[in-house]
Amino acid sequence: MSTYWQNYFKKNGLALGLFMLLAVLIWTLVMIILPQLYMMDFSFRANVPPPQWGSETHVYTLEHYRYLIYGNVNSTDAINYIDLGVFGRTILASIFVTLIDVCLCYPVAYYLAHVAKGGWGRLMVMSLIIPFWVNELLRAFAFKVMFGTGGVINDVLIALGILDQPYDFIRENTALYSGLVYAYILLMIFPIYNAVESLDKNQIEAARDMGSPWWRIHWRVVIPHAKPGITSGCTMVFMLTAGALAAPQILGGPSSLWFTQLVYKWFNNSANWARGSAYALVLLILCIVFVLLMMRFFKVKLGEIAK
Amino acid sequence: MSADVKLEDVWIRFGEFVAAREVNIHIQEGEFFSFLGPSGCGKTTLLRAVSGFLSPSEGKVLIGGNDMAGIGPNKRPTALIFQNLALFPLMKVWENIAFALEVKGVGKAERRKRADELLELIALPDQGDKMVNELSGGQKQRVAIARALAAEPDVLLLDEPLSALDLKLRQHMRTELRAIQQRVGITFIYITHDQGEALTMSDHVAVMSQGVIEQVSDGNTIYDSPESSFVASFVGENNHFAGTVTHVDGDFVVVDTPSGSIRARNIEREGQKQLQSGDEAMVFIRPESLQFCDNQSFDNTLNAVVERQEFEGNFWHVFLDVEGSSRTVSLSMVNDGSSVVHDVGTSAKIGCNAPLAVALPAGSLAAE
Repeated sequence: MSTYWQNYFKKNGLALGLFMLLAVLIWTLVMIILPQLYMMDFSFRANVPPPQWGSETHVYTLEHYRYLIYGNVNSTDAINYIDLGVFGRTILASIFVTLIDVCLCYPVAYYLAHVAKGGWGRLMVMSLIIPFWVNELLRAFAFKVMFGTGGVINDVLIALGILDQPYDFIRENTALYSGLVYAYILLMIFPIYNAVESLDKNQIEAARDMGSPWWRIHWRVVIPHAKPGITSGCTMVFMLTAGALAAPQILGGPSSLWFTQLVYKWFNNSANWARGSAYALVLLILCIVFVLLMMRFFKVKLGEIAK
Repeated sequence: MSADVKLEDVWIRFGEFVAAREVNIHIQEGEFFSFLGPSGCGKTTLLRAVSGFLSPSEGKVLIGGNDMAGIGPNKRPTALIFQNLALFPLMKVWENIAFALEVKGVGKAERRKRADELLELIALPDQGDKMVNELSGGQKQRVAIARALAAEPDVLLLDEPLSALDLKLRQHMRTELRAIQQRVGITFIYITHDQGEALTMSDHVAVMSQGVIEQVSDGNTIYDSPESSFVASFVGENNHFAGTVTHVDGDFVVVDTPSGSIRARNIEREGQKQLQSGDEAMVFIRPESLQFCDNQSFDNTLNAVVERQEFEGNFWHVFLDVEGSSRTVSLSMVNDGSSVVHDVGTSAKIGCNAPLAVALPAGSLAAE
């Protein structure tokens, strides 16, 4: 072990060696592991005001997890339909958003990687990136205005005679889904772009030369090659969508709650950090499990998505 | 099925750059035809025009007598083997081979059967379930051939497919490619910058330089009777001597060079003798056509000093400083067991008979 460290410092030099060591330590310990441990600890403790933290009233309990599953102690329902319902809807909606993103982004990524040339390609990439300089809140509110009953989309649809009266895109969550799809589009395009770009063009030409129509070239050659990139994009978009807060808060219809909004409510409005932590942790763990299951199903190894 | 390929007045331009200039070639049905030329001479561009990945700026490509204008690569009766093979790494070997059948909608059992037959043909039986990357270079090569043959093309196009292999394997694959071509009997069009490959495998070779077809002929003729200075300098080793034609004598000319006058063959092109009295000419003499005079007499003799010798087992290569020539002249002789008597630094006369010397109009030479 000591020879390992000797070699490590010999190879990298003292300065870079120490920097990397500290950076990695701080990153993993302080930024990732410690906060999550805190949250985990919180989630298993009674909700007491901050001055009593650490005192004997701050006992360990499973009540917050119990609450998520069974609801209020006085509730007559068998399970906590409301919160679990919100959870299920959040996951389903996130899957839906992820699927739409794949369908939209794969053609764009393919086009950027194998069709667009030189200046035109760069222009496309820039016009994808620059709009993301606009901050998330401003974008969400802009969507709200645009999709509102008096917004430009309704105006145009009515002017074209497609609608007689304004359609409530907000209530029907169209605005929310559009906002979420748009918010993470880059996180889908770039991993797919990277994966598709590394495909040897000759393979596409070889398939074409053997008489393959375009769709079969994609199905048999391009998509299998791009699978790690597609998976990487999907996991990121799925995780971030399930964990999104601003877009659901601003664009969500009155009837739609995102699970993160519940978490936010426990932390903020109800000042119940313990329950908030429990909810957030459940969301995190179930999302990870879901993603791992999907990766297993599509036969992608964890290491591949880092390619 | 096999088909002939005809290029009629084909020009291919990329903006200002002319990649192929007025190419007229008729490739016979069932022959092994090679395009030979240095990289960048336009040979791959011509192949892409035949396969349909690009259309000529002018002129026609006909396969089996049918004009291919407007017909895409997926509809042409050709199959292309790429320089890097472009096998599909995520498919098994047999799936690679059967891909063309999959495209045609052939059922899985039938595809597998056909793939196994082709694996038999390329001498790789029972390798169908491997992944492509588990195969060696030579095996991948053969799989690429099988994959192309599965499409049952009338014409197989090969773009320097052996260039990634090491020397031994390359020589082995030459023989194998030729054997496969004769077995399946379809037209092979082969692109290479390696003259060894072109000469050993082909029925006919087209030598190309800067978008122009310099000569189309069988390998023997290309080597022995090059029609242009480019062909003479590109194919095989050659010594050249620049000079002026002093007179024409039947099939021969006499060229006055700084090293002395040399009598050489006046090579025909399109039925015409190329040199006339007074023309600027270049005489080419191959190293193996030169000999030390010792006591023999030759049509042409040159005065030289031995500069350096290299022993290559079957050959001695001798490099000489020839009077009047600034370039080192090389001479090769078969190692017949007699030791070489000409030590470095000694002067010697070297000679060559007129039928082994070739005179051509002065022109561009291949880069060394």
